[in-house]
Amino acid sequence: MMFAASAAIMIWLALAVVRALRGPTVFDRLVASNSIGTGAILLLAVFGFMTGRPEFLDIGILYALLNVVGTIAVLKFFRFGDLGHRGGEEPD
Amino acid sequence: MEAAINMGLLTLMAIVTLGIIRLRNLFAVVILAGIYSFLMASVMIVLDAVDVAMTEASVGAGISTVLMLGVLYLTKVEEAQPTHTPILPLIVAVIVGAALVYGTLDTPPFGQADTVMNTYVGADYLKRSVPETGIPNVVTSVLASYRGFDTLGETTVVFAAGIGVLLLLARAKKPKRRKQGEEGDDAS
Repeated sequence: MMFAASAAIMIWLALAVVRALRGPTVFDRLVASNSIGTGAILLLAVFGFMTGRPEFLDIGILYALLNVVGTIAVLKFFRFGDLGHRGGEEPD
Repeated sequence: MEAAINMGLLTLMAIVTLGIIRLRNLFAVVILAGIYSFLMASVMIVLDAVDVAMTEASVGAGISTVLMLGVLYLTKVEEAQPTHTPILPLIVAVIVGAALVYGTLDTPPFGQADTVMNTYVGADYLKRSVPETGIPNVVTSVLASYRGFDTLGETTVVFAAGIGVLLLLARAKKPKRRKQGEEGDDAS
């Protein structure tokens, strides 16, 4: 069952990579990137259980945090055009 | 099973690399580089190098994406057309790559037990780390216990560098806004 799960996650990653390469807008690529991060977390968890080491889940939590930070950075760049912006107010 | 996962991930990484080379939109290239780092971290985990995978994910996918976006703020989003033919860089890259592959031919096989680095210090750490520190991961026990002060110094350096980057990013905005106010043109 873990084999089937990891195979399905690999297919998921491949589809997300296709969307990231072809995506007409930046947001398609951004969602694909986020989805690949989620897929990497799931692959990590499945692989941990497959090799009998469920401690890998802790690293999965760290990956999830990193995924959020990267996505927020990209979105902030889009909203304000500047990573040093203090936020809160409208860009114009 | 591990080999199959690794082959799939490495194939995806090669495809992403080709996409990075081909695309001219630097914003998409930054996102693809983040994807590459996440795939690389997955490969590292399958290779059982969890600490390297964590570094790759935090530095490659997290910090690099943020820093490259900061760079994009200072430049254009579209990559300029190259002014020279890429023949000479290609030759240099092929020669360097061939030299590196030639250098790896002499290394012992993966996981061999009776090599130099696996016999003296490594075996001693493997024997002592669990009874002395109680940490199940030997790499973590070396980094956080045996070399604790070294890691503390590294963390201090990284923290100082992070503060410097934050200060630089916050400073870059002010002159621009003042200039916009003087010229009176409407941004966006």
